[in-house]
Amino acid sequence: MNLLGKLDWNAIPLHEPIIMGATAFMVLIVVIVLGLITMKGAWLYLWREWITTVDHKRIGVMYIILALVMMLRGFSDAIMMRAQQAVAAGGAQGYLPPEHFDQIFSAHGTIMIFFMAMPFVVGVMNFAVPLQLGIRDVAFPTLNSVSFWLTASGALLINVSLAIGEFSKAGWTGYAPLSELQFSPGVGVDYYLWSLQISGLGTLLAGINFVTTILKMRAPGMGYMRMPVFCWTALATNLLIVAAFPVLTAVLAMLLLDRYLGFHFFTLDGQGNQMLYANLFWVWGHPEVYILILPAFGIFSEVIATFSGKPLFGYRSMVAATMAICVLSFLVWLHHFFTMGASANVNGFFGVMTMIIAVPTGVKVFNWLFTMYGGRVRFSVPVLWSVGFMVTFVIGGMTGVLMAVPPADFQLHNSLFLVAHFHNVIIGGVVFGLMAGYNYWFPKAFGFKLDERWGKASFWCWFTGFYLAFMPLYLLGLMGMTRRMQHYADLSWQPWLQLAMVGTVIILAGIVCQVVQLVVSIRNRDKLRDLTGDPWNARTLEWATASPPPAWNFAFQPKVAGTDAFWSSKRAKQEKPVAAREYEPIEMPKNSATGFVTAFFAVLIGFAMIWHIWWMASLGVFGAFATLLAFAFRRRSEIEVPAEQIARFERAHQAGATA
Amino acid sequence: MRYGLLALAFISVALGGCSEGVLDPKGPIASAERLILFNSLGIMLAIVIPTILATLAVAFWFRASNWRASYQPDFIYSGRLELLVWSIPAMTVLLVGGVAWVGSHDLDPRKPIDSSVTPVTVQVVSLDWKWLFIYPEQGIASVNKLVVPVATPIKFELTSSSVMNSFFVPQLGSQIYTMSGMVTRLHLQADHLGTYPGLSAMFSGDGFSDMRFTVDAVSDNRFAQWVRETHDTGPVLNAQSYADLAKPSKAIAPYTYRAVTADLFSGIVNTASAADDPSQSICSTSQRAER
Repeated sequence: MNLLGKLDWNAIPLHEPIIMGATAFMVLIVVIVLGLITMKGAWLYLWREWITTVDHKRIGVMYIILALVMMLRGFSDAIMMRAQQAVAAGGAQGYLPPEHFDQIFSAHGTIMIFFMAMPFVVGVMNFAVPLQLGIRDVAFPTLNSVSFWLTASGALLINVSLAIGEFSKAGWTGYAPLSELQFSPGVGVDYYLWSLQISGLGTLLAGINFVTTILKMRAPGMGYMRMPVFCWTALATNLLIVAAFPVLTAVLAMLLLDRYLGFHFFTLDGQGNQMLYANLFWVWGHPEVYILILPAFGIFSEVIATFSGKPLFGYRSMVAATMAICVLSFLVWLHHFFTMGASANVNGFFGVMTMIIAVPTGVKVFNWLFTMYGGRVRFSVPVLWSVGFMVTFVIGGMTGVLMAVPPADFQLHNSLFLVAHFHNVIIGGVVFGLMAGYNYWFPKAFGFKLDERWGKASFWCWFTGFYLAFMPLYLLGLMGMTRRMQHYADLSWQPWLQLAMVGTVIILAGIVCQVVQLVVSIRNRDKLRDLTGDPWNARTLEWATASPPPAWNFAFQPKVAGTDAFWSSKRAKQEKPVAAREYEPIEMPKNSATGFVTAFFAVLIGFAMIWHIWWMASLGVFGAFATLLAFAFRRRSEIEVPAEQIARFERAHQAGATA
Repeated sequence: MRYGLLALAFISVALGGCSEGVLDPKGPIASAERLILFNSLGIMLAIVIPTILATLAVAFWFRASNWRASYQPDFIYSGRLELLVWSIPAMTVLLVGGVAWVGSHDLDPRKPIDSSVTPVTVQVVSLDWKWLFIYPEQGIASVNKLVVPVATPIKFELTSSSVMNSFFVPQLGSQIYTMSGMVTRLHLQADHLGTYPGLSAMFSGDGFSDMRFTVDAVSDNRFAQWVRETHDTGPVLNAQSYADLAKPSKAIAPYTYRAVTADLFSGIVNTASAADDPSQSICSTSQRAER
């Protein structure tokens, strides 16, 4: 018996120069980072302050770092695909053979949805939601750390697939029966399945955590109708996560049973039903779209209100629209397969339901418009992303409604028109929103603002690059080009694909500007420093505390008497100063290595299952279970922050703010 | 509406040079679908373009440096405006929703095309990675090349030998999935003589990019002649040669079969669904138990 299962030296694609080059580059970067940490002697600091932290702010920051790193990985896939399609016309085969091209588009989709957009969204919620609610941490701080490290484990497995073995060639949706053992015998689909199962578990736990936090832990006085709109969208998103992610876990588990234990859920033989896979996948997949976009809507609501110097227009309408989208998003999934041959009544129903979601979404756009109306709009970087979003997103929404018309979808389904549409809403909606949020909350997280000039340059590159890269894809879709083509015969498509390639290079320039922005801002941090804690003259509670906030967030738990709690307290303070109060010691959750250790064993389980190394998988399960037991029997879960320490911090903050 | 027309004009100009695709329909289904596409787009552009312009105008006019703009920090609610912002998208959706509902019934792929001409039946099988077209009435078959008489409804019955694919001829209209063990139905018609590209719209593996075929829409006489010529040459398609054909292969040049075993198509559909004898017997046992 082979102790390493299916794993041997052939698993490393030594004959593939592109893959080996990428692997070498990745290894080099990891070695440099580890070397730097060792040189600076930062291991103990990292372990104590970051790896074992249960502080929601730091976990949020780590989520966002993970997302940004994975964005670079997913984007390099994108630029390779664009380059391939720009050259592989007529008889040309380009530089990527099909078996490599297929892995790249599968990895691009999987990474961008699950390991870029999701961690970014969850990271921003992690950072901002407890602060906005005026509380000290999430409901289950250690579980929060477990969630993050499980997500990171999934991301790690995906990156391992580059060097050891291969990635799935069945697309990011992994449609059966193509993803079944019969047609995908390699380990690629197993990498896909295990990394999504592990990170999906993390996401589900995060969802439970946030639903509990928002429902049960708001500051005194903060009724539901006083919550900031970002918290409302976070609530809707996490409700969707709790309801939808188990479906993904179940459908992927069925595929795993098919592949590992010879079950017949989706196989061609044994009465497997391939339509069931598409059906279940999209029962999760469509709510997932709203899981991503709703927090982005929340960010825009905060940014536009703050930078217009006005409360949000039509707060109640916004809340109603958010919750309407939350419910409706479960009633539309069939529009992903109108062409499967369902009856006209079924197609018609799901088409109309899909369009109905456009109503609350349209309401939101108009409400943002009226928020700016009568305001004093400061065109800072977050506002540029927001206005860019409003313009871009309505186009994406329109093409979405267009494809919700079943007869139009019969022509546009799976074409580049579809590819253009979902990039239009995901880049123009989710990514623009996350970039707005990143620029908006960065000073809160680190105590200094990001450089405005590089931020604006980055926005304009992304904005123009997006239009150049994706508008041609709309045209190509109308010209009859379908997605996922490694090469094509029609030479009239080529100029448009080359134009799209130019657009992608401009987006690359945008990403470079962002990196430069970060580096420049860190260098000039003293000049960009914000001591007030409220650099934008904002409205919600996270700006009421110092930047960066102390571990305990607020020295005194805020009392809330209306929407925009901080805004009204600023107004009140101008009238009469608040009386000084005695500081009291605060109980805070203790750091825990549970998350990191569990994730270590999760990686072990995933890797072992992928390569059929059964003893290692058992070891992983045992280890993870033992870790959870150790956590369950812990003696102390909290530490006390002495009043003296809080008083010292607050005095320093007050002195800085008034200076 | 004027903006809508302008935008439509712009798009048509942009696509003026293109000779293929869904904007250059060659049959009644594709034409009807293009009309629906334009109608829906027109309805939506009528609100989308003003919204974009209003967004830019409001953001620009109310910029902080413009002291002529009035600052109204208390303008946060207006019942009338709320009514307006909910009803504008609702009205639009009402219109487009109507188009969608009526359209999905009129253009249901299973609905036969209204015509006095007797339809020609074509059975389509997607294989790894090529297309097989069986003409049951003529008793012939072809690979990667579909020849159809012009102005005649074509009744397609489609299945797959392995993974899912999507049969798609952009200039003739609707695509539809092909799935193993199942038959999907589609009705198309070509109104003009010509050769139209067809392809798979559903990724199916390494040879996917070469899963292309051509559709020759020819006159009735020419079609009859093609059927006669096909009868004279080429191999026979029976269970054995089908098994050979079903093996994965890429970029196959078109060729024809002079004869086809009767019921080969239903054989292909049933083999896929009958490979599950044990589970069927379990199923029937449990049904018996229920009784």
